[in-house]
Amino acid sequence: MTSRWLARLGMVLLALLVLGALLVPWLAPTDPRVINDVLALRLLPPFAVDHSGHLHLLGTDKFGRDVFTRMMLAARISLFVGLVGSVLAAALGVVIGSVSGWLGGTADRLLSALGDTLLAVPRLILLLVCAALWQPGVTMVVSVLVLTGWMGVARLMRAETLGVRARPFVEAARSLGAPPSRILWRHVLPNAIGPAIVATTLGVGSAILLESGLSFLGLGVQPPQPSWGNMLADGRDAIVTAPWIALAPGLALIATVLACTLLGDALRDHLAGE
Amino acid sequence: MRLLLRRAVDAVVLLWLVLSLTFLLVRVAPGDPAAVLLPPSASPADAARLRAELGLDASVAVQYARWARALVSGDLGTSFVARRPVTAVLGDAIPVSLWLGGISLALTFVAGVLVGAVQAARRGQRADIVLTVATTAVYAAPSYWLALALIAVFTYGATYWGLPQGMRLPAFGIHSPGAELHGWRALADVTRHGVLPVLTLAAVGAAGIARYARTMFADILDAPFVRTARAKGAGRIAVFTHHVLRNAMPPLVVLFALALPGTLAGSVFVETVFAWPGMGRAMVTAIAARDYPVVLGATVLYAALVIGANLAGDVMLPLLDPRRRP
Repeated sequence: MTSRWLARLGMVLLALLVLGALLVPWLAPTDPRVINDVLALRLLPPFAVDHSGHLHLLGTDKFGRDVFTRMMLAARISLFVGLVGSVLAAALGVVIGSVSGWLGGTADRLLSALGDTLLAVPRLILLLVCAALWQPGVTMVVSVLVLTGWMGVARLMRAETLGVRARPFVEAARSLGAPPSRILWRHVLPNAIGPAIVATTLGVGSAILLESGLSFLGLGVQPPQPSWGNMLADGRDAIVTAPWIALAPGLALIATVLACTLLGDALRDHLAGE
Repeated sequence: MRLLLRRAVDAVVLLWLVLSLTFLLVRVAPGDPAAVLLPPSASPADAARLRAELGLDASVAVQYARWARALVSGDLGTSFVARRPVTAVLGDAIPVSLWLGGISLALTFVAGVLVGAVQAARRGQRADIVLTVATTAVYAAPSYWLALALIAVFTYGATYWGLPQGMRLPAFGIHSPGAELHGWRALADVTRHGVLPVLTLAAVGAAGIARYARTMFADILDAPFVRTARAKGAGRIAVFTHHVLRNAMPPLVVLFALALPGTLAGSVFVETVFAWPGMGRAMVTAIAARDYPVVLGATVLYAALVIGANLAGDVMLPLLDPRRRP
């Protein structure tokens, strides 16, 4: 009952964010990338109405740009990067982890070694070096998130597969003559995937957080293109005089990651109930 | 014993793989360290001299051979920027990060496991729902945003609202600048500087652990052996310590082993916001300045830690859980 309520909360939050991100060109009072009359427009507080009659729901930043509009434009990038990056990474991790746990032996050692090699390189360093190698951008961020994000799910999957493999129903299926692919798909995967799903929901969140973190350090999405991370970095200097600049993108980040996580939890409970 | 030996050999091979991969990634990256280090007015001849001095004029293969030979004898090279041995640069940063990360990690696991256990025991009740929303929201918050919010409240806010001196906490660095403190007063000063960073790291970490622990404890509480234990009249505490905790330990130990190396490098953002001179900040600064020896040195250390932690987790898991024995 409660999980359904929380799932609805997550769904509503996500729907509002997606709607806002899609409709933002029509909602925007002014172009969010153009710097207009800075002196008249800069650092307006939330709900302020400027001289030309535009309402600024969440105020303006130090260049007089509408914070709400920029926040919603940033949502497009964050949602895309988080979803695509983590889902692809998790899919890769599930395949590698279950195959590795099922086969054992040399294949398991090789796959585990590959995962351990990547886990042992700090993810942030890999991201930074890749940002130096290629043009920083959405494609680069997504590919690096996939290449550096599958190992956690793979480890969980491998451990769970090892546990499930020893259980009687797997032996029963095998003695009935089921081929390994069918046993893996029908018997091992449904019983082993729970932790991987929880890890993936956390993965959507951490992918979004990682992207905004890079932008916060000035190494991800570059201004004037808005991203929650670089908006936060802007607001850092004005945390006392204009706290809404840092507050707004932070709350958007929290709402997004919260929504993804609540939905993932509901999905997990649903799968466990079957 | 033979298995252990094989694992150890694997670990050394793995470390070498990681180091070679990182060396290649760092050296193939475009951008000339000499261009970053020299002033714009420097002539091409100056740049060539600096490159020769830093050993950057040789081919990548020769550089790799030199670096590997030095590494075996424990020499990580000299920082391009600080012109000090890398071991000294890292030696300054490690204790700072260990202090910060160690305390937060301990707090993270104690608080996270406790909250998760309470939630699982009260599943579906009001306490569970409130804690679920709270942990999910904290987990969703970026650490640097939490850090900024804490600074806004406890540094600027505390002064603005006129809170007592004890509630006003410093936002930057590990020592009060210019103060000559000794003994207990120095310790108190460091502690005051540590409260906000530790709180930030522990809050984010504990929220994640609590979410995991709730799922895990809930699964265990549903297991038949717990019902059996209750049916035969075991007390609540006995059921928890002998049946629930025993089954919860293996995954928790593995999680802890995996989280350990993060104490050294996981706090990049928090160290950046609070200006803590630790490993995370050292790495970001070194990458920005293309200080190759420091980047590689930090990676050597980090990789060795991760590999050691994985090895420890792999060795401990069968000891703790007979079902996972090969």
